[in-house]
Amino acid sequence: MEIAIIKYNAGNVASVMYALDRIGQNYKWTDDPEEIKKADKVIFPGVGEASTAMAYLKEKGLDTLIKGLTQPVLATCIGMQLLCKHSEEGNTNCIGVFDVEVKKFISKDLKIPHVGWNSITEKGENPLMKGLKAEEFVYFVHSFYAPVNAYTTAVCEYVQPFSAMLHKDNFYAAQFHAEISGKAGEQILKNFLAL
Amino acid sequence: MKGTNFVDLRDAGDPGELGALYAQQGADELVFLDITATVDDRKTLVNLVREVARHVNIPFTVGGGISSIADVSALLNAGADKVSINSSAVRRPELVDELALAFGSQCIIVAIDTRFEPAAGLDFVHTHGGRRITELKTLEWAREVENRGAGEILLTSMDADGTKAGFACDLTAKVSSAASIPIIASGGAGTMEHFTEVFTSGKADAGLAASIFHFKEIEILALKNYLASQGIPMRI
Repeated sequence: MEIAIIKYNAGNVASVMYALDRIGQNYKWTDDPEEIKKADKVIFPGVGEASTAMAYLKEKGLDTLIKGLTQPVLATCIGMQLLCKHSEEGNTNCIGVFDVEVKKFISKDLKIPHVGWNSITEKGENPLMKGLKAEEFVYFVHSFYAPVNAYTTAVCEYVQPFSAMLHKDNFYAAQFHAEISGKAGEQILKNFLAL
Repeated sequence: MKGTNFVDLRDAGDPGELGALYAQQGADELVFLDITATVDDRKTLVNLVREVARHVNIPFTVGGGISSIADVSALLNAGADKVSINSSAVRRPELVDELALAFGSQCIIVAIDTRFEPAAGLDFVHTHGGRRITELKTLEWAREVENRGAGEILLTSMDADGTKAGFACDLTAKVSSAASIPIIASGGAGTMEHFTEVFTSGKADAGLAASIFHFKEIEILALKNYLASQGIPMRI
């Protein structure tokens, strides 16, 4: 099985690669459109800022390429937010797989960004949470969030309930970092690879 | 509120192997604070970070001798999730702004070593493992590094460190109330009750310890079960 990890300017992906190494999965880290298109599965990871990341993806033509992918795609953290329609971060028009508006957390009492382990609960049927407990702790780092919507497959609560995971057709997305979320994160990656 | 348990891999023997073991036992995050790091052994540190990162499936922070964007870049590329800076930020506070802009606040921890100065009746930031006092007042420095873009503060009380008599809860609570970023409390852990105290009266977001875990005086899983029984939300 060929796995392509999309190479772009949002953060480092060493942790994602090591996580795949640990479960014995090969991958290619690439921004070559042909390599990405012919991969069996695609991972769209990232840590970064939305407008900077979108500008880069557009310049490389990767935004339309990603939207047109037909194989299973897993987007994490900023990758998930970039798959939404628009983000308040830098007032950015994003790729638009999910018709969702990404908003900034606002709270007087709680610390922003939302950093650390928090629990998620499954909403509807979520193949990526197969074999997990009804409530699992995973690792989050983010200041912006996707509200709970029609595509939400897992919910986390911080300030208010928000989307921990989204799913539409072949697109799967997680706000948290599965690659450093212990055994639960490993299971989610394995479930994606087994789709 | 939830409690996070950090294990410091300093003096841990084989950090890669032990890191994996601690991750398996339920540690929430790992830090490796190589306080002796110098420019000369930078390569060794990077290799060691790669070794630990390959083995662990939880967030991993590295600190020691970091003073530039290039240093941070090398460590993140080797697989660290966050870096911790200390005396280099005291020397040149703008470094915090530069690193936060380049890599995002989420991966920049500022470590503050603090000691109470009886003559002044205040806590001051110290460098050189707590031996050298600076002019910076601890509370003011915590607010400043937050404003400059630090994502978390690793607060070590040099008064409590090594005593095993408990964390410096009063000071930790003051810093936690003054700052709106997470505070990792370090120094003084000797018993499980000390962790309860630091998460409740100390208002800490996380507790860090090293030797009590290395010498198996406290097992991570037992600690987390205990804290959960005390009503502190834990990932178990």
